Amino acid sequence: MSRPNAIKNASLAALVTAVLTIPMLGLRLQPGGGLEHDWLLVLFACAAVFAVQLTGDRLGFLARLKPTFRLPAVVGEGGPWPYVIALLVALAWPFVAPRDWLDVSVLAMIYVLLGLGLNIVVGFAGLLDLGYVAFYAVGAYTYALLSLYFGFSFWECLLIGGGLAATFGVLLGFPVLRLRGDYLAIVTLGFGEIIRLILNNWDSLTHGPDGINNIPKPTLLGFEITKRASSEGARTLWEALGITYNSAYQGMALYLIVLLLVVFTLFVINRLVRMPVGRAWEALREDEIACRSLGLNPTTVKLSAFALGAFFAGIGGVFFAAKQGSITPESFVFVESAVVLAIVVLGGMGSQFGVILAALALTIIPELAREFSEYRMLVFGLVMVLMMIWRPQGLLPASRPRLELPQ
Amino acid sequence: MSTLLEVSGLQMRFGGLLAVDGIEFHVDAGEVFAIIGPNGAGKTTVFNCVSGFYRPSAGRIDLDGQAIAGLPGHVIARRGVVRTFQNIRLFRSMTVVENLLVAQHAHLETNLLKGLFKVPSFRQAERRAMEQAAYWLDKVGLRAHANREAGNLSYGQQRRLEIARCMITEPKLLLLDEPAAGLNPHETHELDDLIRDLRKQHGVSVLLIEHDMSLVMAIADRILVMEHGRPIVTGVPAEVRADPRVIKAYLGEE
Repeated sequence: MSRPNAIKNASLAALVTAVLTIPMLGLRLQPGGGLEHDWLLVLFACAAVFAVQLTGDRLGFLARLKPTFRLPAVVGEGGPWPYVIALLVALAWPFVAPRDWLDVSVLAMIYVLLGLGLNIVVGFAGLLDLGYVAFYAVGAYTYALLSLYFGFSFWECLLIGGGLAATFGVLLGFPVLRLRGDYLAIVTLGFGEIIRLILNNWDSLTHGPDGINNIPKPTLLGFEITKRASSEGARTLWEALGITYNSAYQGMALYLIVLLLVVFTLFVINRLVRMPVGRAWEALREDEIACRSLGLNPTTVKLSAFALGAFFAGIGGVFFAAKQGSITPESFVFVESAVVLAIVVLGGMGSQFGVILAALALTIIPELAREFSEYRMLVFGLVMVLMMIWRPQGLLPASRPRLELPQ
Repeated sequence: MSTLLEVSGLQMRFGGLLAVDGIEFHVDAGEVFAIIGPNGAGKTTVFNCVSGFYRPSAGRIDLDGQAIAGLPGHVIARRGVVRTFQNIRLFRSMTVVENLLVAQHAHLETNLLKGLFKVPSFRQAERRAMEQAAYWLDKVGLRAHANREAGNLSYGQQRRLEIARCMITEPKLLLLDEPAAGLNPHETHELDDLIRDLRKQHGVSVLLIEHDMSLVMAIADRILVMEHGRPIVTGVPAEVRADPRVIKAYLGEE
């Protein structure tokens, strides 16, 4: 671009910035009425935009600036040891972690679960799902409602919630089978919102925006993990172990339960990708027409991906409801879907280890930088942009092959 | 010889465009039947109708005496009609052997629980699938490349892999859409040998679209010549070669 042209463009951009920032940064309503103005901030924003626009062409160096560090090789080639070590660390963690960190860890594990589930749909089968949180909500409300009205236990609801979420996955799957890419994304986005709106408005069943309170905590090995047994005859884990209750113990028990769920999920998905159905998902992502020409029914393949992905979201939802003790539709907004999708993309589509890392990073880093929580979304966006420039395949891209023919 | 595929009165219309009309032919069991014609003659349209990718506007398509016209593609594939594509369609980021495993989907144990618990019947089915894959990789000379990504193979290798991927489904009828396109003479010769071998050892019938005349004349038992969506001649290679209408269609009138 010629110099005068560049200056013209930059000035225009600065002008647009001014228009946008004056109401946001420049003017402020005073509590007592009246406006306060702060033109310096606006000027600052305009100058920044002007400068970046002018030198924009030269910012291309960022893309050429490849990171110099090398990421470790994908785990999986060294036999079972990396997995064993990871599991041991995960098991030891609650006993050494400070208490507030344990809470974050439980939350992180829920996102690991969700990330692994969505990875089936987006990573393996290549179907872009923006309404994944709907299945999470189905799981959570299944447990909340079944325990409220019928007194079902956590472990019973785990299966029912997962199954119900899977059913919803199939229900969503049917109408969207013909769609792909952007169109599919929009329909799933709508589906996610529909579920949330139903939960928000069906007052008689779900108590609307107030949500459901007093959801029982899960039991561990048949014992309750609350301070006191909820009913006559029930025993708490602490009584059984002969230790006095400490409020940190509940967090440990929750952590161990969610860890169990994550390990179960990892096991199942690891088997799935080495089974005909897992191969069919990947084949479908690669080439749907070729799949059909070989006798694979794209309908059933897609539905199985939707259903199994939703199943794990349902499980995550049941656990989430049990952990929180109260849920409202506000917990299942679109941003949740976006975060889970970001986890999958950041981790590397189809890569389990990457997804776990990304889930941990995306839940733990915001906690570390709590003072900067206002800038959270900004940093989030920046990280995404940089990732797309430097490492579009994700932190740890999927490792291949899954099955080898011995030579 | 019994008739495997019987096509009669086949018509395919896209809106106002009559792409294919009045196509009649049959393929006998064990036969290599070729469809040739100038570009745009409608050969691939016929293929798409037979393999279920298009629903023909009119006409019958029978496989072993059963009507298959209008059935979805994956159903027709399971009945034993599989095809290759003009522009190769492999699962490019999967490995060569995985491509062959996907193709055996219909023969495999797809029960989720059986797979999760690796019950003996599941293990056995998977082992058999691997053996089948190894057999076909040997056959098309790709054994050494088994664990490479399919998209990284050379063009000729990709063609052979696509054929192997079809054959591993144990089809009755193999549809090859311009299998020699982009191959050098040496590779074309290998392809010629491969098709002969498939037919002799595996008893598969072949329906072939091809521009490479030397290949067609060498391996086809009978040939259908099409022009502007209509059949001109059907006959053995010698007849077709000598037919003035064919020469006219290919070379134009003097």
